[in-house]
Amino acid sequence: MFESLTDRFEGILTRLRNRGRLTEADIDEVLREIRTALLEADVEIGVVRSFTQAVRERCVGLELSQNLSPGQQVIKIVNDELVAILGGETLKISYAGRPPTVILLAGLQGSGKTTASAKLARWFKQQGRNPLLVGADLQRPAAVEQLRVLGQQAGITVFSEPSDPVAVATAGLEEAKRLGRDVLIVDTAGRLGIDEALMGEIRHIAGAVNPHYTFLVIDAMTGQDAVATAAAFDEALSLDGVILTKLDGDARGGAALSVKEVVGKPIAFASTGEKLDDFDQFHPDRMADRILGMGDVLSLIEQAERTMDRDVATKGAAAIIEGRFTLEDFLEQLQQVKKMGSMSGMLSLLPGVPKDVKQASSAIDDRQIGQVEAIIRSMTPGERVNPAIIDGARRVRIANGSGTATSDVNALLKQFKEMQKMMKGMGKGGMSGALGGMFGRGPKMSPQAMAEMAELSEMGAGGGELPAFAGTGGGPGALGAGPMASPGAGGGGGRRSSKGKGKGGGRKGKGGGRVTPKAR
Amino acid sequence: MIVSSAAVSASSDVLVGLAIAIPVLIVGVGAAVGLRLRGRGVKGPVPPGEVVSDAPTDVELERSAEATRTATLDVETTATPASVEEAERAEPGEEAETLEPATYRGRLGKARGLLAGYLGSVRSKAKIDSTTWDDLEEALIRADVGVGATDALLNDLRGRVKSNEIAGPEALVEALKSDLVSMLSTADAALAMPASMAAAADDHDTDGHDAGDHDADGHDADDARPVAVWLFVGVNGVGKTTTVGKVANRMSAAGTKVLLAAGDTFRAAAGEQLSLWASRADADIVRGSEGGDPSSVVFDAVQRAATKGHAVVLADTAGRLHNKVNLIEELKKIRRVADRPPGRVVEVLLVLDATTGQNGLAQAKVFLDAVDVSGVVLTKLDGTAKGGIVVAIQRELGLPVKLVGLGEGVEDLVDFDPDAFVDALF
Repeated sequence: MFESLTDRFEGILTRLRNRGRLTEADIDEVLREIRTALLEADVEIGVVRSFTQAVRERCVGLELSQNLSPGQQVIKIVNDELVAILGGETLKISYAGRPPTVILLAGLQGSGKTTASAKLARWFKQQGRNPLLVGADLQRPAAVEQLRVLGQQAGITVFSEPSDPVAVATAGLEEAKRLGRDVLIVDTAGRLGIDEALMGEIRHIAGAVNPHYTFLVIDAMTGQDAVATAAAFDEALSLDGVILTKLDGDARGGAALSVKEVVGKPIAFASTGEKLDDFDQFHPDRMADRILGMGDVLSLIEQAERTMDRDVATKGAAAIIEGRFTLEDFLEQLQQVKKMGSMSGMLSLLPGVPKDVKQASSAIDDRQIGQVEAIIRSMTPGERVNPAIIDGARRVRIANGSGTATSDVNALLKQFKEMQKMMKGMGKGGMSGALGGMFGRGPKMSPQAMAEMAELSEMGAGGGELPAFAGTGGGPGALGAGPMASPGAGGGGGRRSSKGKGKGGGRKGKGGGRVTPKAR
Repeated sequence: MIVSSAAVSASSDVLVGLAIAIPVLIVGVGAAVGLRLRGRGVKGPVPPGEVVSDAPTDVELERSAEATRTATLDVETTATPASVEEAERAEPGEEAETLEPATYRGRLGKARGLLAGYLGSVRSKAKIDSTTWDDLEEALIRADVGVGATDALLNDLRGRVKSNEIAGPEALVEALKSDLVSMLSTADAALAMPASMAAAADDHDTDGHDAGDHDADGHDADDARPVAVWLFVGVNGVGKTTTVGKVANRMSAAGTKVLLAAGDTFRAAAGEQLSLWASRADADIVRGSEGGDPSSVVFDAVQRAATKGHAVVLADTAGRLHNKVNLIEELKKIRRVADRPPGRVVEVLLVLDATTGQNGLAQAKVFLDAVDVSGVVLTKLDGTAKGGIVVAIQRELGLPVKLVGLGEGVEDLVDFDPDAFVDALF
């Protein structure tokens, strides 16, 4: 639905490609696109204004480098500025000298506090801590019950009692001390920033338990109001950071940027899925890519790490690169990919995939995947390795065996053949060449992503077998994004050097990733 | 996605695109795993369903029990038509205007106070200049109306100013407001109250409302009579369960026999939450087991309603992000099952949180495509968020706002009033 900034740039880029210098008018045009993209990502309008101003200052009189197109340079500047605002580093939790370390969660109704509490507790447990959850949301019917169920799933004790929220929090603190728990997480009822009575109540809760960290829970889908809400909670509670929830949706999450810029508090954690484990510390550089619509390869990779079988995956990658990818491999890989979740969800994380493909993929459901599996499973091992032997009679047998029509079998075989052809292209010319040719489009991928992919493919092949891929180097015709980031991060060797590091430029330290606990 | 290879109906260029996507995933992902393993455990597949909290806070029961009862009775003619004539009422907004101005204006006014006179600088100027347009644009963007709708509105106004149709800032602001109001009034915002429902309400008025699962009526329900089903859908945390509870309360207070279907079998304790609402509203409820099939809960509810003579089934569903394909498929199934006779789906209400930004449009689009949404319920409008995304939703998708949540009280769910809403935008 939303055009990514890179999509928006395409038209401008083609015109600017051969210019040595950006004119004032060019910059105006580019800035208008940036502005629209940011507003559609729900970045607060005041933040958008100061942001575009900062970008303009850096663009004016920009000496264009030989290697980068003007558009690429502008995107780099935008990305740098975004990362600078979001803060360069992830927040480091400092534990209290005298346990428990108390954490208070607050937020609007429906922002996801209760779930975030349980996920946060789970996260601390995985860090080797011993948390206790306190259910102080006595407003919403069955909220404590919900926390208890989640606590049970996460293996965390939940404390609550039907009194009043302040008393529950106080008793919870005593309970944590009694049980020797070193982290205490207090879930509270949702409230509006303008609700005097309830804001007063949460101040009392904070006064009673003296939290080391107070986090505001914000829904990634929040619009312009995020700033007003954050400001109100910050004023009442003096926040230490923000927990961003529902990032597994397709909202760009501009709210994160706005809150960080206006309230000056870092995004500490992000919730990225439905499972209790889908929760981790926040990575500002990835968020910048997301706001710009450049996908998130790193998140995809991590998702893969969590779910996929390493040997099977490596085998598949090797098969592709060596050009001997069979239907058998395909079936195996399909099952791997399926484990990671919805196809469209994964595709949305990938940069450079055209919108229409993403949309089309969202029409696919598991039933159809099952059909493909059934067809392949109805083939003999010989047929799977060498589909060329599948004649008319075999087709009918396969169709009957899998409960499909012969036309389905034909379609699959044809599709697979095309895929093989493309994979050969990837093996030889590098993935970028293959993709560039197929999509027939201009620069799409972020350089960082390119570097990641380059490195990955390279290593997946057993090391250094994909020179063409790694050395895309801004050559036209291929994906062309080239080393847009600082040379060395993106181009050349393609060895993993960056996770966005070295991109933040001079302002990097500004964001202040570290938050020290308040004195008790 | 390969998949599509089997889905022969798909167009060929899509197939080509998909064919690319797979190896991309496989290569990227496969290689990734091969190399960057940091010893994390292998986890199982993603289960359908979700965990994110759908967590609207609601009423303090005691506080408002008494007030609620009276308030609800006061507005009952508006809130829940108990007769055919009222059901056919065309303009719910107007009715709301006359019958419950205090609630609507009062609640919105509280939030409006913070940004009072946002357009003061526009109005105070003698003539329209470039800052006038900037101010108007900022006001609309800040209300989450979105860039597209804002540009369309302002470009139209620019033309009318140029042709001297609009003279002066004051007239400009008024023209903008009336444009917004008419934009929000294009679709019929009346709720589907079937005649049978009103009849049912009459039939059973004397029976009283039996709380709990034991309906001792023993009435002579006509099995052929369709059971109207209202489906409540939306992403996580927008207030679906609370909205179901409030609607139940309105209908119940108006004498309609309501059955709640606890179709959110996923979120921990969602069933408990709805049960509390059911007892508050004197409504019956059908629940399934946690983690059970939501479709079967809705099916059971329709069956129960048919035999026990409930006129309406209000079906809650689990919150689901619109980009989760299998969850949207699950929702389609719920709708299909609910529509099986004697059930008939008469309303599919998309519950939308007023704080939602531009993503609301994407949500509306997907839910509309999937389950043919009939209207929007805009919740949490008593905060500082303006809910302007509904302007874009109505403009692009023709989807009307039907109900508005103005607070945590049982009675704080009212019919949508475009005038009051637009006033509150600024």
